[in-house]
Amino acid sequence: MTRGIPPLAGDDHLQGPSDAVVTLVEYGDYECPYCGEAYPVLKAVQRAMGPDLRFVFRNFPLVDMHVHARRAAEFAEAAAETGAFWDAHDMLFENQGALDDRSLAAYGDRLGIEPASIAAAFAGKHDSKIERDFLGGVRGGVNGTPCLFIDGLRYEGPRDVESLVNALRAVARQRL
Amino acid sequence: MTEQPTHISGTQLPPGERAPEFTLPATPDQRLSLAEMSGRPVILAFYPADWSPVCGDEMSLFNEVLPEFHKYGAQLVGISTDGVWCHAAFAAERKLHFPLLADFEPKGEVARRYGVYRAADGIAERALFVIDAEGIIRWSYVSALGINPGADGILEALESLSVPSSAEGAAS
Repeated sequence: MTRGIPPLAGDDHLQGPSDAVVTLVEYGDYECPYCGEAYPVLKAVQRAMGPDLRFVFRNFPLVDMHVHARRAAEFAEAAAETGAFWDAHDMLFENQGALDDRSLAAYGDRLGIEPASIAAAFAGKHDSKIERDFLGGVRGGVNGTPCLFIDGLRYEGPRDVESLVNALRAVARQRL
Repeated sequence: MTEQPTHISGTQLPPGERAPEFTLPATPDQRLSLAEMSGRPVILAFYPADWSPVCGDEMSLFNEVLPEFHKYGAQLVGISTDGVWCHAAFAAERKLHFPLLADFEPKGEVARRYGVYRAADGIAERALFVIDAEGIIRWSYVSALGINPGADGILEALESLSVPSSAEGAAS
């Protein structure tokens, strides 16, 4: 019944070479504790896969459950304007307990993001991108966060480094 | 979230059937009936229990997708065998913006009528029904108990309701 998540687009946040054999997409919420747990795991997976993996993060903020999730997503999108998306992404996950506006402003300072750019983000500048990420995810079968897709197919297995690397390698082998 | 085959009980009411009427408590002093919701599509989301730990949490996800359901004019209601006070606490904690109905007494009676009661466990299946404005079930789905079905199936069903069906003709 799933029609699949949207293909990679120009405004997606990517890590890894464009010709990587396999693509892992995470739909995540910066305030979701399970996404926080997955964060170091996914870093380790990226290290293990090296240039074979392209990693993509898409916004899936559950704003009724997590009061800071939307602002955190907006902050990361503001950071993307200055090429600091991944620094912001990492800083948010490494400081999940402090995502209030004052903390976000401090992270912005540290990353050299213009306060005006953060203010514009909070005023809704990136809402359409965030909503597009969210709805594309819902349509593609995201059923919670984090939700992982390997080459567009929802990954249902355990979220430890070994299982993920095995799953990614299995898909990569089919590609080669 | 372990890999499980999708459990299809095969007993849930299928598309084409008239949705059984019901009236259930939505709050300690209010009741909601299916008839009151007619004229618009209705999404019935049966689920096993308030506070049950399905990763990703189905009701919270649906809550976030609510604006999208509303674009199709659809109303969402959750139904479980929990009582009204339990529902009230659960809805407040999760900030749910849609009603939770208590299929509490006689226990599971509505779930039974829809073919999604697990008698051995005393709970409803994790089952979804999309009912059209005329009260006909247009889509139903039973998920494995431990798997959150997501909202994509519901959205596709709502989408197909809003497209006039050429081949099928009128359902009623």
